[in-house]
Parts: sequence; structure tokens; C-alpha cells
Amino acid sequence: MKQIVIISGKGGTGKTVITGAFAALAEYKVMADCDVDAADLHLLLNPKIKNSHTFRGGITAFTHKELCEGCGACRAVCRFEAVREDFTIDPISCEGCAFCHFVCPQNAIEMKVNTSGKWFVSDTRFGPLVHAKLGIAEENSGKLVSLVRQKAKEIAEEKNYKWVIIDGSPGIGCPVIASITGVDCAVIVVEPTLSGLHDAERVVGVTKHFNVPVKVIINKYDLNCGMTEKIERWFKDKNIQILGKVVFNKAVVKSVVEGKTIIEYSNNQVTKTLRNIWRLLKEELERTN
Amino acid sequence: MIISVASGKGGTGKTTVAVNLALSLNNVQLLDCDVEEPNCHIFIKPVFEHRNTVFIPIPRVDQTKCDGCGRCQEVCVYNAIAIAKKKVLIFPELCHGCGSCTHFCPHDAIKEENKEIGVVEIGEKSEIQFIYGKLHIGEMMAPPVIRAVKKHINKKRTVIIDAPPGTSCPVITAVKGTDFVILVTEPTPFGLNDLSLAVKVVRKLKIPFGVIINRSDLGNEKTDEFCTSEHIPVLMRIPFSKKIAEIYSRGDSIIEALPGYREKFQRLFAKIKKVKISQG
Repeated sequence: MKQIVIISGKGGTGKTVITGAFAALAEYKVMADCDVDAADLHLLLNPKIKNSHTFRGGITAFTHKELCEGCGACRAVCRFEAVREDFTIDPISCEGCAFCHFVCPQNAIEMKVNTSGKWFVSDTRFGPLVHAKLGIAEENSGKLVSLVRQKAKEIAEEKNYKWVIIDGSPGIGCPVIASITGVDCAVIVVEPTLSGLHDAERVVGVTKHFNVPVKVIINKYDLNCGMTEKIERWFKDKNIQILGKVVFNKAVVKSVVEGKTIIEYSNNQVTKTLRNIWRLLKEELERTN
Repeated sequence: MIISVASGKGGTGKTTVAVNLALSLNNVQLLDCDVEEPNCHIFIKPVFEHRNTVFIPIPRVDQTKCDGCGRCQEVCVYNAIAIAKKKVLIFPELCHGCGSCTHFCPHDAIKEENKEIGVVEIGEKSEIQFIYGKLHIGEMMAPPVIRAVKKHINKKRTVIIDAPPGTSCPVITAVKGTDFVILVTEPTPFGLNDLSLAVKVVRKLKIPFGVIINRSDLGNEKTDEFCTSEHIPVLMRIPFSKKIAEIYSRGDSIIEALPGYREKFQRLFAKIKKVKISQG
């Protein structure tokens, strides 16, 4: 079983569309949506939720006013500016370190466990999907990402499937790191813009830092062919394989509006390229068994 | 006034809006708080004058004073401290720098030392003061770097904050304490789904807000219907154009390349002031 994660650094370059295409093309696979902040893959896969679970991640301080004597020890030690002047807690600023809880001489501060999200195992027309919904303004997205990946991996092992296909999140921080560690290949989706290249350079840095093998797709490459050439040169210099270049086509937006993967929606230059990309990726990963 | 530009979904045009709004106004401070993937500097091309390092305090144990009692491990909720054979092991990447272990060590065996996790750079470009933060590669925690950028807020100017995508801690840290939020979206099911999440975040923070629909002619009517039914003002629409995509791709601003857009962004600012009064 091999794990593939689709990431980009920059947002909106086409991660979910490409994950959806791989879901339609790969055989014997489990999908995992690890963009738990702003999950969208379900909009293409139309999952039937089989079971739903609560995710409890992290703790938040809560002051019992009736016990508080107003000594201010909590406010003095908090480094996250989460203790208000009246010694109640701003839950949005609280990082759950519990320093205030331990330091309070009256035991007036309780650490409450957060219900910070939900995660689901679902059936889709392409196979199982593990996905999640982080609560609004909640922390611990990294932990939820790890949980979603773990469940997807367990399902794949149980069914003796070949692939776990993971939709990642933008950025280079905690949820991205949680989604890439230990995968067999990270596919970076780049768009031909200066921002796209800048962000791809940083996300390649993260994959190197965690020793994750990478390959690249240049999406909407014809929006600036000069920039595409520049990006191709940059990746070639780094010895990173470019799996393919996908043209810009409004049919992609239409497929999303229809709630279909681009593979199901049309048969055009985009789908032809994506089929080639999947075949190439599959062969490469099968070879490194 | 402090205006933050956020989105839920990535790649909807936050940076385009933040940069072009900043370039259209006078006496502006532009803060790039997307410290994982900052891009504003590509468009502003400022001359940087200062560079500050962002640290978080990480514990360091003096083994000669430590007797392995384990109090530090007990108070660390992040599992950043483990005790093995009476020796303290520290995992710096899990540490949030809360200082609890140092405070509670009964033997005064823990000192804090600074660990560098990012940088903040400050520069100028004509009328604009520009500040951005950059999280170091391999570091997990963006919020301390975002807070370091926001320390530079100068309320005598119009402050524009480019926020990161998503709905969790980095966005909250960037948007918190601002006077108005612009949510940039695109009229696709992905854009709408993530917009509806971002709206919940902004409502939870109780900040006045409005929406900009980018690539407004690619997609469907559902985003407009959502804004109408939720009574959310649509501040501006930017139609898709290959010209704009191309201007963006080479790192240029729309207002300098396309006539009429400077006035559009100035009108946007006037509208924001009005909406803020009506919602505030």
C-alpha cells in the first residue's frame, strides 16, 4: 500500500480537482481529505456517511468565578493574553497550556476538553473516503489530520488496497507537516505565477526537511507559458520530476459546479493529460516497491 | 481602521485584493500575515530596512540540578517533555513556549532559551509601509510569527492585513482585533463551502465584514444567493480575465496595469467604511 498526498504551498492551484481525478482513475484506493480547515473533496465525491465520530483535541481554560479570589496569578503567567482583566478566559486566545490552571492557588481554573471537530468514514462511488470537519475557530488541525490519515491507512490495510490518496491543505505549517510525514510521494500542484513558484519552493523545502519524495504537476500552465518554462527549469535543477502540464480549461470549473470529477465530466486535453499523469505516477511508485 | 482580508479557501484572490487596495489608498500600512506562504512582497517590491527574528522560548535543562522528579513532564500538556531513566528529554517542535515547566521546576533546573522560528521584515514602497512575516521551513506554528507582525500595527495609518487561508488558529490570530474583514471568494461550490465556514469564523469573532466575489463570472449563482439570504453585503465583483491572470502571474498589480481599477478599489474602501458603520 502506498500513500500519495497532493499539496501545493499556495492555495487554489487545483489540489482538490487533481485529487478527485486520481480518485476516479486509481483502482483499489481509499481517499482521505486532510484539508480539515476547509474540506472540499466531499463536494466532488458525494459521500454517504457510514459512521461519524467526535474529535476531542486540546483543552481550554475556564475560570469558576465563584472560586476566584482575584489574586491575578493566572494573568501574570499567561503568555497568550488569554486571561481577561476580570480573570475570565478568552477561549479564542487560550492555547490550552494549563499554566493558569496549575498556578491558581484556589483551584478556580478548570481545563475543559474541547469538542473540536468531527470525522467521518464514508462510502463514495470511487470507494471509501475518510474526512473531517474541524469546529469553527478550533485548534489542533494537525492532530485531526493525523487521525484522518491513520483511519484511511487502516481501511486500506484491512481491505488490502493499493493506494491511499490524500488531499492536503495549503501552507507549510502544522496541518501540512502532519499530512506529508511518512508518505510515499507528495505531488505538488504549481500554477505558473511568481507567487506559485515562490510558494512551491517553500513547500519543496518542507518535503526535503521531512525526507518525503516529491513530484510536480504544473496546472493551468498556459496562463503564462514564460513562467511555466521558468518553473520547469527550477524543478529540473532540483532533480524533481514533472509529471505533466495541465492546460487551463473552463470545463474544470463546470465539473466542480456539477459535483463531478473532471474525468467523469469531460473528455478533453485536461483529462487526457491527467490520465497520463496518473499512469506515470502509478508506474513510478509501483517500480519502487 | 484595520482591515483584514481572509477567505477560507486558498487562491481566491486575498493577496490581489490586499495589494491593490493598499496601492489605491494614502497613508497605508500593509501587513502580510500569511506567514506560511507570504506573497505580497512579490507585488509591492519594497526596499527592506529592518529584519527581526521571531523566537519562541524553549526549555533547557541543567542536568546537574535536575533530579528527574518529573514535575516538568506533569505540567507540559503538549507532550514536549519526556522522562527516560530519570533524564529529561525535550521535543522543541512540540513546545508552545508557555513557560510552565520552567516555573514549576522545584530545583530551578530549567532555563529558557530562544529558538528561532521565523523572521519579520519591514520596508517601504512609496506611500506604503510594508511588513511581513515568514515562518521558517519545517516549523509548525505560524501564530507566534503572525503576532510578531501585528505588533507593528500603526493605528495612525489605514492598516491592511493579508490573512492566511483556512479557518483555524493562523486565520484567527491574523483577523482578531481588526475592525473589518473582507472575505474573498469565488462563485464555485468549493468557494461557497469555504466562504460559509469563514463567515462563521468572522461572526464568532464579532467583526463587521463583507464579501468580494472574484472571477465572478466563472461558476454559478449560489454564492450570490447565499450572500442575499445571509444579508451579507457584496462589496465588489471582479470578473475573470486572462489579462488579470497574466498580470498577477508576473507579479504586477492590477491598478497599475488596468485603467479604472484604482477608482474601483477606492470605492471599495468607501463602501467598507459605510458597511462598518451600519454593522458596527
